[in-house]
Amino acid sequence: MLELRDVATGYGSFQALFGVSLEVKAGEAVAVIGPNGAGKTSLLRVISKVIELKGGHISMEGVSLDDVPAHQVIELGIAHVPEHRRLFPRLTVEENLKMGAYMQAARERYRERLDFVYELFPRLKERRHQLAGTMSGGEQQMCALGRGLMSGPKLLLLDEPSAGLAPVIVQQVFDLVRRIRQEGYTVLIVEQNIQQVLKVVDRAYLLEVGRIKMSGAAQELLENDEVRRAYIGL
Amino acid sequence: MNVPMILKGVGLLAVLIFPALGFSDYVLHIAISILIWGFIYTGWSIMGRFGLVSLGHGAFMGIGAYVVTMLWNHAGITPWIGIPVAVVVSGAVAIFIGFPCFRFRITGHYFALVTLALSEVVRLLIVALRDTTGGSLGVTPRSELTPEVAVSFYAMQFADKTVWFYLIVVIWLGGLLIWRAVDRSMLRYAMEAISQEDDAAASLGVHVTRAKLTVTVISAAMTAVGGAVYGQYQLYINPETTSGIAISLQIVFAVIAGGMFVQLGPTMGAVITLLLTETLRQTVGHDVYGLDVMVYGAMLVLFIIYMPRGVLGWITEVWSRRQEPRPTGTVKPQPGE
Amino acid sequence: MEFSITDPFLWETVIQGLLFGGVLALLSLGLNIIFGVIDVVWICYAELIMIGMYAIYFLYADYGVPLPLAFIAGILTVALLGAALHHFIIRPILHTEPINQLLVTGGVLFFLQGFATLVFSVEFRNLGVSFGSFAAGDMFFPISRMLAFAVSLVAVVVLWLFLKRTFLGTAIRAISQDREIMPLMGVSPQKIYLVTSALGGGLAGLGACLLVLLYDIHPAIGLTFGPITFMVCVLGGLGNMIGGFIAAFIFAEFIALGGFYAEVEWGYVMAFVFFIVMMFIRPQGIMGSKS
Repeated sequence: MLELRDVATGYGSFQALFGVSLEVKAGEAVAVIGPNGAGKTSLLRVISKVIELKGGHISMEGVSLDDVPAHQVIELGIAHVPEHRRLFPRLTVEENLKMGAYMQAARERYRERLDFVYELFPRLKERRHQLAGTMSGGEQQMCALGRGLMSGPKLLLLDEPSAGLAPVIVQQVFDLVRRIRQEGYTVLIVEQNIQQVLKVVDRAYLLEVGRIKMSGAAQELLENDEVRRAYIGL
Repeated sequence: MNVPMILKGVGLLAVLIFPALGFSDYVLHIAISILIWGFIYTGWSIMGRFGLVSLGHGAFMGIGAYVVTMLWNHAGITPWIGIPVAVVVSGAVAIFIGFPCFRFRITGHYFALVTLALSEVVRLLIVALRDTTGGSLGVTPRSELTPEVAVSFYAMQFADKTVWFYLIVVIWLGGLLIWRAVDRSMLRYAMEAISQEDDAAASLGVHVTRAKLTVTVISAAMTAVGGAVYGQYQLYINPETTSGIAISLQIVFAVIAGGMFVQLGPTMGAVITLLLTETLRQTVGHDVYGLDVMVYGAMLVLFIIYMPRGVLGWITEVWSRRQEPRPTGTVKPQPGE
Repeated sequence: MEFSITDPFLWETVIQGLLFGGVLALLSLGLNIIFGVIDVVWICYAELIMIGMYAIYFLYADYGVPLPLAFIAGILTVALLGAALHHFIIRPILHTEPINQLLVTGGVLFFLQGFATLVFSVEFRNLGVSFGSFAAGDMFFPISRMLAFAVSLVAVVVLWLFLKRTFLGTAIRAISQDREIMPLMGVSPQKIYLVTSALGGGLAGLGACLLVLLYDIHPAIGLTFGPITFMVCVLGGLGNMIGGFIAAFIFAEFIALGGFYAEVEWGYVMAFVFFIVMMFIRPQGIMGSKS
């Protein structure tokens, strides 16, 4: 479904990714794990074209993303749930969800999508008129996921959904991710909480200083000595 | 002696012998106007180049012009006393408006709009106090000059433009010296830190509020002196030409055109804007009102988009790049020459 | 003058102030949107209104276009001007220091003022349309002012519904809260800015429709309304339309009562001094929240 070949990107003179290649097949959940500053967020940002693609190629279902401007990526079925949730704090929950359905095709099915998200996350329905900025971290993450689902995407990019949340809430967030998987969405997730994320996904890539170091089935990486030593602390 | 020193000497000499070159009164008038406005613009830049963009200098100019003229017309007090009084008044107003602004960190747009309100307050006060000030019609300083009396030192009135020229050259040079003094004092380093980052400056132990107030008061006082001298020279002032939003914007824009980060930039701004107005007036005539303002406005837009450091700033930048080629990177604005 | 609560002229003044407040509120509406969403102060905002007034005047008085059509043309003209202003002048320097954006529109102010002087001359022009007055006892109120007041109220309600209900309106509110992630929503920030600028211009055009009924047109009219419009916006709290309305009425009453007890300039002086003092007390505006 999503294919990256030799992707390079960066900010100004700083290069964040050096020739990264990876693939996400339809129906799969794939994680990109790695330490802080490995380029995980840059990877998702370059797929969304929020930062410039400086080398290589990206394609979604055979359609090249190379020359697609950032605001049109979503029309190809890619929804990006950014790091730190980034809700619009002074819009209500429902208005945040509405922004997720901004693109033309999604607007036409707005009611339908809204009902779907409310069914998936009933808590959001209870809080629909509350300002997003006044909710708890877990609820905000729920709203951010909901907002991502509003466009009716095929592929969901999740950037550190558990970051900055209390341990109990982290568990809930991964439960949410599991629910989204069960709905049949393809997911590419970037995480630092390696132990948790590897239990949710099928496959994973290990990213270190802008290069893919290792890849394989989730279970394989979870049992890999190097990964365990360096990232899980066992 | 290095090249800039020689250039400076030659330039100063050229200014000093200018009236002896036999130009017409008209040319001398333009030169005097350039120096008066150059001085006022220099005064604005003292604070403007540190990121304190004031749209309130019309207020200080109005205070200077009207305090001096009112004292002379209604109380017979000589401008030589009137000007210090105007300086004190404008300094007090500057503190009154500046202290809360800096204290409460009112910056950027908000600072510009608060000062804009101030300049409107002064303009409207002049209009509202029309029984004393003459209102919108303006006022003329009571003349001491007669066909027999060509020079009244007491009234600061001179029939001969050459006298005016030298008096104003002195004031203008004074302005440049103040610029250099501010530039060389510790204040400069403090203010540079401030214009980058308030908090960083505060953590360096710089008294942010005090440093900002000092430059604001200096700047206001210079503008008041400029306004007073303008009134004495023109022998006519009105609220629109000495205060309010229009004059405040004129000051800011001339400085932008000339360049506020170099000592002679503001004067250059006066040269550019006055020559532009005069040239347009000469070529298209007196009947075509508005064209000069229109061209002026268009120029400003182009300047801000393409040459934000002004003409002189741009020239010196190109010059210094030729002198010592820098390896890479952009040239950061450097206050000073 | 003696103060008396039963003085019908005092009440007339207070109500006139209220009506004037409606006009000020409408004038500040477009600027408020631009200021709140793009974070740019259009110093030339009142000059855009002036151009709109001329457009309406010439279409109606010289070309015999029916007034309602002239109004629509006026609104569209200024909306187009607003979009052009953003596209050609603001956008190239949007990433530079904010004060540059304020100053560049000051250049536009001079340009438009010079343009109007050159093309339309300094003469004062009046549309010559009168709706008469409404009498209530000893008090008289011009119908045109009441109309302006009503249009302001309708405009603010329509605008509020637009911002609250539509996708585009929601995006306009969202972009001021987090511009960076707008592309992830499928929104092009540049397009929203352009639309917002056209909207702000259109509201300036609507202001022109009302002012053209109330005042003479001349090239410097912008300087009369410009400063007070900025003050209304800032005092109300940026992007806060309710705050803007309250601020507009406060200012209008200052001006009306100042004119009643002394001269109108004193009213303006009081209003501006009040503004300066309020900025020190509540820099976030009367209705703004601290952030």
